[in-house]
Amino acid sequence: MNKLLLETRELRKTFGALVATDGVDFDVREGETHAVIGPNGAGKTTFIKQISGELRPDSGEIRFAGDDITALPAPQRSHKGLARSFQITSIYREFSALENVALAVQAHAGHSFRFWRAAREDPALTGPAIRILEEIGLDRRKDVLAANLSHGEQRQLEIAMALATRPRLLLLDEPVAGMGTDESQRMIELLATLKGEKTIVLVEHDMDAVFTLADRISVLVYGRIIATGTPVEIRANQEVRAAYLGEDS
Amino acid sequence: MNYILIAEQTLNGLQLGVMLFLLAAGLTLVFGIMNLVNLAHGALYMVGAYLTTWFYQATGSYLLAVVLGLAGTLAVGIVTELVALRTLYERDHLDQVLATFGLILIFNELIAIVWGRAALYSTIPDYLSGHVQLTDSLRYPLYRLVIIGVGLAVAVLLWFTVSRTRIGMLIRAGASNRAMVAALGVNIRLLYTIVFGVGAALAGLAGLLSGPIYAVQPGMGELILIQVFVVIVIGGIGSIRGAFAGALIVGMVDTMGRAFLKPTLATVLSPTAAETAGPALASMLIYLLMAAVLAFRPEGLFPSRGS
Amino acid sequence: MITTRNWILVAILLLLGAVPAAAAYFEQPFYLDLLRRVMIFAIAAVSLNLILGYGGMVSFGHAAYLGIGGYAVGILAHHGIHSGWLQWGLAIGASALVALAIGAISVRTSGIYFIMITLAFTQMLYYLGISIEEYGGDDGMRVPVRSQFSGLVDLNDGTQFYFLVLGILAASLFLVHRLVNSRFGMVLQAIRSNEARTRAIGFSPYPYRLAAFVISGAMCGLAGALLVNHTAYLTPEFMNWTRSGELMFMVILGGIATSAGPLLGAAVLLLLEDVLQGWSLLPREAVRDHWQLYLGIFLVLVVLFARRGLAGLLPGKNE
Repeated sequence: MNKLLLETRELRKTFGALVATDGVDFDVREGETHAVIGPNGAGKTTFIKQISGELRPDSGEIRFAGDDITALPAPQRSHKGLARSFQITSIYREFSALENVALAVQAHAGHSFRFWRAAREDPALTGPAIRILEEIGLDRRKDVLAANLSHGEQRQLEIAMALATRPRLLLLDEPVAGMGTDESQRMIELLATLKGEKTIVLVEHDMDAVFTLADRISVLVYGRIIATGTPVEIRANQEVRAAYLGEDS
Repeated sequence: MNYILIAEQTLNGLQLGVMLFLLAAGLTLVFGIMNLVNLAHGALYMVGAYLTTWFYQATGSYLLAVVLGLAGTLAVGIVTELVALRTLYERDHLDQVLATFGLILIFNELIAIVWGRAALYSTIPDYLSGHVQLTDSLRYPLYRLVIIGVGLAVAVLLWFTVSRTRIGMLIRAGASNRAMVAALGVNIRLLYTIVFGVGAALAGLAGLLSGPIYAVQPGMGELILIQVFVVIVIGGIGSIRGAFAGALIVGMVDTMGRAFLKPTLATVLSPTAAETAGPALASMLIYLLMAAVLAFRPEGLFPSRGS
Repeated sequence: MITTRNWILVAILLLLGAVPAAAAYFEQPFYLDLLRRVMIFAIAAVSLNLILGYGGMVSFGHAAYLGIGGYAVGILAHHGIHSGWLQWGLAIGASALVALAIGAISVRTSGIYFIMITLAFTQMLYYLGISIEEYGGDDGMRVPVRSQFSGLVDLNDGTQFYFLVLGILAASLFLVHRLVNSRFGMVLQAIRSNEARTRAIGFSPYPYRLAAFVISGAMCGLAGALLVNHTAYLTPEFMNWTRSGELMFMVILGGIATSAGPLLGAAVLLLLEDVLQGWSLLPREAVRDHWQLYLGIFLVLVVLFARRGLAGLLPGKNE
């Protein structure tokens, strides 16, 4: 049950004189929802980009399901079962919602050097895509251009695309950022249904979301993890309160 | 091998190199800072050559013609920037390519309307013509030495400006991170116009210098422009240092290839085979060099972006 | 699923099919020649649209494949091989190989680099064409004997040649239509739309972009083989960089990433060039001698103000 799915060891990344990730050791257990919080500029996005494979660390190691994936490019990590959503909404704006999800299904349905059959009418792609849209509550909007969806729907669509790759680990980069209260409440409910089914790394500013969803929380400050623990432990941690939560309240 | 010939060709290579540098320096900054694909840069080279030739014929004073030619090219460049290119900064590369391609056609035809399609005969004053006895057996045209001297002087001046002055600091910052410079509250529009104007003047300088050596005719800018692209790809977009290194490499390789490839091949191949393969290979050499550089360093020799 | 736009395209092709009869009736064979040229360039533009429009790759070197297709036919003809099967097969195969070589290097890059590199490699081939005296060098050479197809089609017959070009144009349009709607095409468009997202869901862009680049080059090579049969003359000018620019302009003018766009763009651009060069209403010299001036102004205006192209004016949904 408590097997480690993801671990980073001594992860380090610098940009010139700026140390963005400073020797981070980080563990995610199979099945848990592990939140990463920290003040702005703490290096959260840099950290998640190294896990997803968009940035290469200067040194250190990333292991996923027991394999060293430090040098693996992003597409191959996706095939190993790592899926991510982006902090700034990243979808195919000129495709319909269904086409967005169908592409993610297609990415994991063998190679795509198939030149003749119309992909939009292929039930092997649209079938699973529609099921995921139903799960996520977007099925009635499936034929709408992604650009015309509301902000909240676009964020949901991103989660749907991540799920369509049938991941073992979901990396969610601020999924409720920029949402109104209602929208973010709905997103938190959605994520709550995924909790337990999927292993989730949740990078988030919204403390409501973090304390509702997380099994464990790690606090990242200036590129270092200063504490890891259950929500109760983190609330009680003096160092965290001083460094981070204290600033907020 | 004939050492005199090698020395002479080295100087020729250097002369082509500094010429390419004058064009590449401005263009690489326009690429790097404005992220603008400006195909019309070669047109400014042409304008510089035409204006100077014409002013020289009209006034009889070469120095005056040079000053007027440079000022004229600068003016044409700034007007082009204000009227047409400015609206293109926010467009994608495809729009930029096509619009500046259209500008080339317009410039070439306007020149042809004013001066005709035939090549213009461009002369140099007496005090710049003639040869210099460099060693006992090497005589080299004075004018080409002047070009090399002017080119190297400009390179030093640019290097000093970019690495030692405030505007140079902004240019370097702009080439690696445009958003950052804008955030500093610098008047980015003004910076763009200055950079573009300097680039235009340098292109005009290259044009007026090359007039007496190559043909002054409509379309003269495009042939050299594509070589300049090779220089910039090899050197790395946005880098003056890269433009200088790339220009000298391309100038040398191209000149040496044309001079020595055929005789060298003749020592291994049959004379007729060398006769065919020599010129063919020589004309492809800089492009093959570019491919080789890209295979190992996709960002060029001196990448300035991102980091 | 056939959209309104595609029905219009089919109607245009059917109209083109009726032209030979009309040209014969009105005794205007010149128009047959002009439209054949338009259709050949349309095939090249269709091939460019695959990578430029759907793939988002701003290739400024597509004229290279017109040249390679042309030289494949011309060189074989020069050595007395007139079989169209061999000539056109070589045109397609050699274009695909060159596209593979150029693509392998350039497709890894993007933005300004990609534009400059594709332009530079085409210029290299242009200079290669100029420097090979055996095949005419700078001046080019006549290719007096047209490709022969075991007596199946006779390219010396203007009408037969016309219908062959029309058939190949229709086939190219259909092929690209299938390609862009297939799984492959979806990935290609996804990479254009959002590369980071496409990598994150598990696609490596490089092989897909390279494959599109090669398919596009091969198709354009066939257009080159048709062009040299059309002009009966081969010159390095096939690969002139302005040719590459014109092909791009056809795609933009007609409407980027639309099925009818390349055909419309090729037709309007070439007919416009034809009109400008022969316009009798304005002072002849001023217009005819400097028609490129008007073309340049037209080009700048289209880019600045008519970005959606002609296909955007057609009824039906924008794709």
